[in-house]
Amino acid sequence: MIEGLDRYYREYNANVFRGVYQISEEATAAYETARKRIAELINAKDPSEIIFVRGTTEAINLVAHSWGRSNIGLGDSVMLTEMEHHSNIVPWQLLARDKGAQLKYVGISDEGRLLTEEFHGYLENGGVKLFAVTQVSNVLGTVNPVREMVREAHRYNCRVLVDAAQSVPHIAVDVQDLDCDFLAFSGHKMCGPTGIGVLYAKRDLLEKMEPYQGGGEMIREVHLYEASFKDPPFKFEAGTTDISGAIGLGVAVDYLSKVGLRNIRNHERDLTAYALDKLGKLKQMRIYGPADPDTRGGVISFNLADIHAHDMASLLDEDGIAVRSGHHCAQPLMERLGVAATTRASFYLYNTEGEIDRLVESLERAGRVFKI
Amino acid sequence: MSSVYSEIILDYYRHPRNKGTLDHPHIKAKDSNPLCGDIIEMQLELDGNDSVKDVRFNGQGCAISQASASMLTELVKGKKLDDVRSISKEEILSLIGGQLSAVRLKCALLSLKVLKTGVYTYLGSMSNSKEELSGL
Ligand SMILES: Cc1ncc(COP(=O)(O)O)c(C=O)c1O
Repeated sequence: MIEGLDRYYREYNANVFRGVYQISEEATAAYETARKRIAELINAKDPSEIIFVRGTTEAINLVAHSWGRSNIGLGDSVMLTEMEHHSNIVPWQLLARDKGAQLKYVGISDEGRLLTEEFHGYLENGGVKLFAVTQVSNVLGTVNPVREMVREAHRYNCRVLVDAAQSVPHIAVDVQDLDCDFLAFSGHKMCGPTGIGVLYAKRDLLEKMEPYQGGGEMIREVHLYEASFKDPPFKFEAGTTDISGAIGLGVAVDYLSKVGLRNIRNHERDLTAYALDKLGKLKQMRIYGPADPDTRGGVISFNLADIHAHDMASLLDEDGIAVRSGHHCAQPLMERLGVAATTRASFYLYNTEGEIDRLVESLERAGRVFKI
Repeated sequence: MSSVYSEIILDYYRHPRNKGTLDHPHIKAKDSNPLCGDIIEMQLELDGNDSVKDVRFNGQGCAISQASASMLTELVKGKKLDDVRSISKEEILSLIGGQLSAVRLKCALLSLKVLKTGVYTYLGSMSNSKEELSGL
């Protein structure tokens, strides 16, 4: 990935679609190849359904702006869940405030699964125009039954946006099989660069959507008082985009595809099962989220006795173990769980069982320091 | 590496001194650390000479933020407001002991920031009201 970025800046650092000179053509080709690789990774019908954005956050804001403003009105609702990341909550709050729309939240069980009765209930009550849901929770690890939920939502003419920030890097995702309308993910969570991400949207929706930002590259013709726009995806990529980022993400996707998403998922499943077992044996350990490693991803949130998550993160850091601590950009979920913060260990393709043993040792040491 | 989680810190975390609220505080201030979610409120009651007669803190968060708040309450009790104003970061850090990273430094110093905000606001409102009086 780093070599891919390096090569772009050293050998063909030029803007895409603008120059007629050769290195610009090379840059354009590399940029479009990356788009194609990403389309293949998630099995999109066509590369034009892949829009480069800054990340999951910008992808969701793009949908709220370009699709939401024309499709959600007074009295309509947007359905979310209690386990969403702030980036899949706040854009909808802003939209709802402007449009006089409502937000409905599907609750979760104590084990951290969506309450499907509530989901059905909201759909049956009518007026739900969009269901925006995370495929894998970044706190609980819960893998949500998105495929089934999309089918159900479509019966009520409700569109579905999938926050795939925690799924695309870890499990095989097939947008045609899911049949979701929008899907968003970030490069930096999948061995890619920061500041680059992807919005997938069905072609027929993209064609009807208003532009997100106006500027160069997204236009066909500009006159003093009006302009016409290019076709998707370019209509949604105004200005000079993160060319090196897109190329770097393409290289990362190549790498992940070579390893194989199924292999990555199996490896993480095994690590998660091992870690749930080992951590579960510690005294005064509270683990959040589903207990079954087959239906959860490789993140484990926990609290040990009365040790605050930030103290825990400092103690683990002393042993060279990096964990996330805090509210994980999911304050509503923390409120639902009744905690101020949790510590979260997350696994990827490069982690090993030996590292989990070290985590357990370090947790035991933390327990001794805090005299629990 | 000397861990910051000494017996003393743990003792103040689990058995905080001066935790709670006052019935008639002269000074009240509250703040949080958005990164960590640590919350601290400080309340002071003064005597006729602008000395701290009583003090309480309230809040939630990590051991460092809560223990340092409790230690700070003991430090300010009986002090003149002017002396409270000049309490330095270093004094707090030496009470805590041990090494702190930049991020954890914010936890350790949150209570001092809250206390000083409260004191400055109080002194500011006093001097304004004095000016108002002299303007009459
Ligand atoms: C589930 C989920 N959604 C959205 C995001 C936001 O991603 P980004 O900050 O890359 O836009 C994250 C990342 O923290 C996440 O875990």
